[in-house]
Amino acid sequence: MTGDAAKWRPTAGLTALNRRAAMLARLRAFFAERDVLEVETPLLSAETTLDPHLEPLSSTVDAPGIDGRRMYLQTSPELAMKRMLAAGSGSIYQVCKAFRGGERGRWHNPEFTILEWYRVGWDVHRLMREVAALIETLLGGSRRLEPATYVSYADLMRRHAGIDPQEASIQALRRAVADGPSPVDTSGLDRDDLLSRLFGERVEPEFAPDRVTVVFDYPASQAAMAQLNASDPRTAERFEAYVGDIELANGYGELRDPIEQRQRLERDLASRRGTGRPLPPVPSRFLAALESGLPPCAGVALGFDRLLGLDLEAGSIDELISFPIERA
Amino acid sequence: MASYNMNQVRTGLKVLENGEPNVIISCDFIKPGKGQAFTRVKMRNLLNGRVNEKTYKPGDLLEGADVIETSMQYLYTDGEHWFFMNPDTYDQVEADAAALGGAEQWIKEEDICSVTLWNGHPILVAAPNFVTREVVETDPGLKGDTSSGGSKPAKLETGAVVKVPLFIQTGESIRVDTRTGEYVSRGKT
Repeated sequence: MTGDAAKWRPTAGLTALNRRAAMLARLRAFFAERDVLEVETPLLSAETTLDPHLEPLSSTVDAPGIDGRRMYLQTSPELAMKRMLAAGSGSIYQVCKAFRGGERGRWHNPEFTILEWYRVGWDVHRLMREVAALIETLLGGSRRLEPATYVSYADLMRRHAGIDPQEASIQALRRAVADGPSPVDTSGLDRDDLLSRLFGERVEPEFAPDRVTVVFDYPASQAAMAQLNASDPRTAERFEAYVGDIELANGYGELRDPIEQRQRLERDLASRRGTGRPLPPVPSRFLAALESGLPPCAGVALGFDRLLGLDLEAGSIDELISFPIERA
Repeated sequence: MASYNMNQVRTGLKVLENGEPNVIISCDFIKPGKGQAFTRVKMRNLLNGRVNEKTYKPGDLLEGADVIETSMQYLYTDGEHWFFMNPDTYDQVEADAAALGGAEQWIKEEDICSVTLWNGHPILVAAPNFVTREVVETDPGLKGDTSSGGSKPAKLETGAVVKVPLFIQTGESIRVDTRTGEYVSRGKT
């Protein structure tokens, strides 16, 4: 069969289905041993991210007592899990589906599996080590990884892009992006877009294929929901974990200050307004949880499908998920 | 022509880049979890064959190029241009040496060739994959030597020189794969 007639079939083979099930079992064992509680939160919620680079998918829900409410498929379980933390859950994890509109490619599908966990009372560096340990444990069956390496964002940008991310002028960043091997029209790109492009083009390809690389101390302007570093507030307690050039995880020493969180959300909304993107409501329940008090904690989200991809040495996310969006 | 946004860009699409027609040979969606999305597009210039890479933002547009591939009959050459005819409409086009790109050494009147037209002008001509052509010049070689696997050059009536087995003689027809320039077999006639 060819064409549409064959599209009822899953794109993932039986091996991938078996390995996914085995990896989920190992994952649950990993957290059970460490006394982290598995939780579930709604995939569909009235509140969602305002991140200017994420596009939540939405639906209108009609049910008794709910008349045509606009609700959002989560882009990650972050908001709801922080509400649980504020309510006193202790350390928690969740493995679930997340949805991001507009994202489709070799390693992207609009619906994907995300692992997210929070460690109450931990600082971000301790969580970074646990992320590396989890990746090494879950990949242990298929490949031997060298010990993880930990390196700051600024060090990497200086070394591989010849750019000081704090000091470089926007003109210098534009020039660097325009001169790259795959040039971009830089109009409309802001400082962080340019840095992000340079990081992807110059830094990520340099990461060793056989070890976890953890990048920490992202610029404060890319803090997202991380708190700023007390010792150097030009950087944030945000990190990312890679194996080779595959971005696996993004984590924070979590921002707990409700006033600063509200300011960041307002900035995100302004940015969305400026680019004519949809404007979901400010997540007031989430902010109320922060006002009631988020315990000091560090949290991280990990792309589970991509981790499985490394386990299977797959060439694309389609080999790992049963039905990619075109067949869903 | 239509414009294509980044959700419409796909392999095989013909687009204009710096005013020249290109065919997209790959596109990769790049999106950091926290950050701007990009689409990295690799394309081959249909005029000079060069491969270029560029990266686009989600709002960027690519302009479509009016490029079609069609089957046309080769009529004749005046030494500078090669004339082809659409067998349905009898419309004629003339292609220059750059568009032929070597196909001229294989083709013979009445051959059906694949002609790529950009805004109606031929930019690429491909000879039929297999042609049968007469050998007009080759060394006599040793009679009866059919198994040694040796070969010798032979000039065809259309100008190409191909390596042929030693037993092929001037005046015989041979079948050739024009994509590789390799001898396939003796011709049928």
